[in-house]
Amino acid sequence: MAELTTTAPRAVTNPRATLQDLLPKIVLAPSFALILIFVYGFIIFTAFLSFSGSKLLPDFSTWVGLNNYVRLFNHPNWITALKNLAIFSVLYIVICSFIGLALAIFLDQKIRGEGFLRPIYLYPMALSFIVTGVAWKWFLDPGIGLEHVMQSWGWESFSFRWIKEGQMAIYTIVIAAVWQSSGFVMAMFLAGLRGVDNEIIKAAQIDGASTLTIYRRIIIPLMRPVFLSAFVVLAHLAIKSYDLVVAMTDGGPGTATWTPALFMQKFTFGRNEMGMGAASAIIMMMMIFAIIVPYLYSELGGKKK
Amino acid sequence: MSAASQDVATRNGIFARALIYAVLILFAVYYLLPLYVMVVNSLKPLDEIRQGNMLALPQQWTIAPWLSAWSTAQIGVQPTGLKPYFLNSVMMVVPAVALSTILGALNGYVLTKWRFKGDNIVFGLMLLACFIPFQIVLIPSARILGMTGLAGTITGLVLIHAIYGLGFTTLFFRNYYEAFPTELVRAAQIDGASFFQIFRRILLPSSGPIIVVTVIWQFTNIWNDFLFGSSFSGFNSIPLTVALNNLVNSSTGVKEYNVHFAGAILAALPTLIVYIVSGRYFVRGLMAGAVKG
Amino acid sequence: MRKFLMSTAAVAALFAAPMPMAHAEESVEVLHWWTSGGEAAALDVLKKNLESQGVTWKDMPVAGGGGEAAMTALRARVTAGDPPTAVQALGFDITDWANQGVVGDLGEVADKEGWDKVVPAALQNFAKHDGKWIAAPVNVHSTNWVWISKKALDAAGGKAPETWDELVAVLDKMQANGITPLGHGGQAWQDATIFDAVVLSLGTDFYKSSMIDLDPAALGGDKMVEAFDRMTKLKSYVDKDFSGRDWNLASAMVIEGKAGMQMMGDWAKGEFLKAGQKPGTDFVCIRFPGTQGAVTFNSDMFMMFKVGDDKKKAQLQMAADIEDPAFQSSFNVVKGSVPARTDVPDTAFDDCGKKGIKDLAEASSGGKLFGSMAHGYAAPAAVKNALYDVVTRHFNGELDSKAAATALAEAVAAAKG
Repeated sequence: MAELTTTAPRAVTNPRATLQDLLPKIVLAPSFALILIFVYGFIIFTAFLSFSGSKLLPDFSTWVGLNNYVRLFNHPNWITALKNLAIFSVLYIVICSFIGLALAIFLDQKIRGEGFLRPIYLYPMALSFIVTGVAWKWFLDPGIGLEHVMQSWGWESFSFRWIKEGQMAIYTIVIAAVWQSSGFVMAMFLAGLRGVDNEIIKAAQIDGASTLTIYRRIIIPLMRPVFLSAFVVLAHLAIKSYDLVVAMTDGGPGTATWTPALFMQKFTFGRNEMGMGAASAIIMMMMIFAIIVPYLYSELGGKKK
Repeated sequence: MSAASQDVATRNGIFARALIYAVLILFAVYYLLPLYVMVVNSLKPLDEIRQGNMLALPQQWTIAPWLSAWSTAQIGVQPTGLKPYFLNSVMMVVPAVALSTILGALNGYVLTKWRFKGDNIVFGLMLLACFIPFQIVLIPSARILGMTGLAGTITGLVLIHAIYGLGFTTLFFRNYYEAFPTELVRAAQIDGASFFQIFRRILLPSSGPIIVVTVIWQFTNIWNDFLFGSSFSGFNSIPLTVALNNLVNSSTGVKEYNVHFAGAILAALPTLIVYIVSGRYFVRGLMAGAVKG
Repeated sequence: MRKFLMSTAAVAALFAAPMPMAHAEESVEVLHWWTSGGEAAALDVLKKNLESQGVTWKDMPVAGGGGEAAMTALRARVTAGDPPTAVQALGFDITDWANQGVVGDLGEVADKEGWDKVVPAALQNFAKHDGKWIAAPVNVHSTNWVWISKKALDAAGGKAPETWDELVAVLDKMQANGITPLGHGGQAWQDATIFDAVVLSLGTDFYKSSMIDLDPAALGGDKMVEAFDRMTKLKSYVDKDFSGRDWNLASAMVIEGKAGMQMMGDWAKGEFLKAGQKPGTDFVCIRFPGTQGAVTFNSDMFMMFKVGDDKKKAQLQMAADIEDPAFQSSFNVVKGSVPARTDVPDTAFDDCGKKGIKDLAEASSGGKLFGSMAHGYAAPAAVKNALYDVVTRHFNGELDSKAAATALAEAVAAAKG
């Protein structure tokens, strides 16, 4: 970051007071400094923690080397959490993107009542999962929710009890998570669709392309930046997914729906294993950075003017 | 609605349109279901909930759970309901949103119109800040708040929320201003306008849509936050989400689900209203820049 | 530009003004997670008592996860150098905090009021650290209770089971009668609550060596396999939707006669009473068969933190008020638990409460009062949760009994390391 302070702003051309030249950097500096401390400083702090034998509170008097990482990867719950994250994030990102794009395309077909439907699709993002999780838990509970209702309506053989089954419970979390964020993804795609240059589409129509072809060949490829933005937002929500798991299953049945975020929270604050919690946090950060950094590199590197 | 998509639309047959409407309505049902479960059960007496069937309409309608959640439910040792905590949340959310939005706008302005060597690295580092799990910053943040004497104050909470919102607000404004013609800025500069004059007279007036997106995003996130709210508030600054959590999450007490649902809807009303009122601008704002890059 | 700067500065200044930290003459700030109707109302009595003595109560409730959320907030408060005066805490969490050297000393008031004589020794192990009183116990919950629907029991022969075999017989009859014999919620801590009782039913020595001393031979031995077999047997009596259910919904099943019995701590009584049921006529409370005479306990305590001299007086006052026999009686009547002092008259308590007080005194004097593993009184948090993992995985069919016993010993060893 040394170059930040040493190089002169290249945009400024007039010989005005030095204050004016430095002003942009002075304006940016507090935000940047705060982020350096509160984000990167704390990540380094957490990295140190992960090599320490901290239990209840940070404790840098005992160093355990990689022991926390060894214990982490030997812990059955962490392995479960990693598997769940893989299942969850792939399904969540794919389904949200698909539903988001489909709804956006449909909603962009001069639909009556768009102004009515759009907030319905969007509102879940506004709610805290502390309680909508309970609503989902009930709805998915075979004894009182969907299965019960279907059976009482006469569909006796109807069965939907995933939330009670260790193998399937993670998929119910996907259902609820998709519910929460797919509307937001829809809004992103809708915005993208509305920004497509009409001339391109008109030209394609004149060439006799069908609606399907126009979408498949022209419009959807134009959505590439939206896909990327959606991917970044969804990926970080997936890795940080904590609230909804706690509200719906709290990791159960058994330990079937543990996720890395749940692991980190429980080990750091519930089990007084702050060192191991920090190790899991560092692994999570590495996963996040592995996803985000290449994206940033392609976006920012490619756009340099 | 763009003219092109209209044209595309008119080429669809009646059948296709019916299918589209069916799908849209089906999804509306999916999105509304949990809200329906919450509303219906908030209007039932507790006995009726215990009997089962979450989806049935109340046999006996009652608004008692709503009144209880608002003003008489037990949140701490005193039966105050959620009412007194609204103001705490407003006192926290408004300045935090304002601060992070203003800083985000200025950062976006600098990063696009006053570029310098390494600006992309600065931006990249700020953007990565969006993705940090909040649990890991809890202890060190507490330490810093303690050292600065801000522990247990609303100011401390505002500061923390503003800092961890900077990544997103900077991202939003930076992408928005990226598309704003730099020539206008240069012209004003040659006319002798200062850094802040350019921002205030040229960029700010056309920033409406992105301000809406940023404010919605920040408002929702900060309003719904539990972790920081429960850790950094003092006894007289407990935010609404923490109060709601106290209402619904007691461990060994009797659980009044109808009151829980009523409380949850009450606590979500400000964000719901913000979404519904500004939903139209939200898409427009996203369109104007937030989703690009 | 100037105007702009000034207005931002004004806005900033407006919100930057620190909240006036009103130091009332005497005040206590209390972090706790008692936020639901009955228990919070019970605590309000303490608040009123303090206020009548001129001490202001600053309430800091954070519910969730059986105290986990409150303990998270507490870490932030202590790290910031601004700990609350008193914090609701359980078992080994108190010991852990005491080891950090941040807790206060209640010796002055404890000596004056003779706590050493009236608080059971098993509780003192946690309320005292290095011989100093650091926490004021409010109550004693015992966790090895079974709550049986009277109607279901009558239909199943009418005799409350006293041994494991009798329990199985009653459960079988209930099943034959077409109800769910065992109302249970499949959450790790509920599974562990039953597990506590099952281990205890195989002998108090076995409970002590496995759950408290964490002896690897006991944890992975044949007797533990038998304990897991009993868990498997009990699992066969729960309904298929048990997983994830809140404990109070399991109580509701018993109240409504859909289930025959629930194995849960004494806080479950509140649910029965609230539904208008009477002990003895509508429901029966018994000790888990085979654990008569022994009690696994869980005690809510207020852990006192080191505070400045200006707050010390209020803190001691609060501790004294908690141990006031009248408060102990009124609080515990509402909460369903029994007083932490053994010299509180049982006149205000119902049948189950009276039995609880008697059982506690007996168990305490007979050396059969043990900390509950499920509720953090047998082992520190890391070990407790490691035990939870195995118990809940076994109960959900991920492990068979033999594998579970092995895993139990391994998990405890790993958590200790």
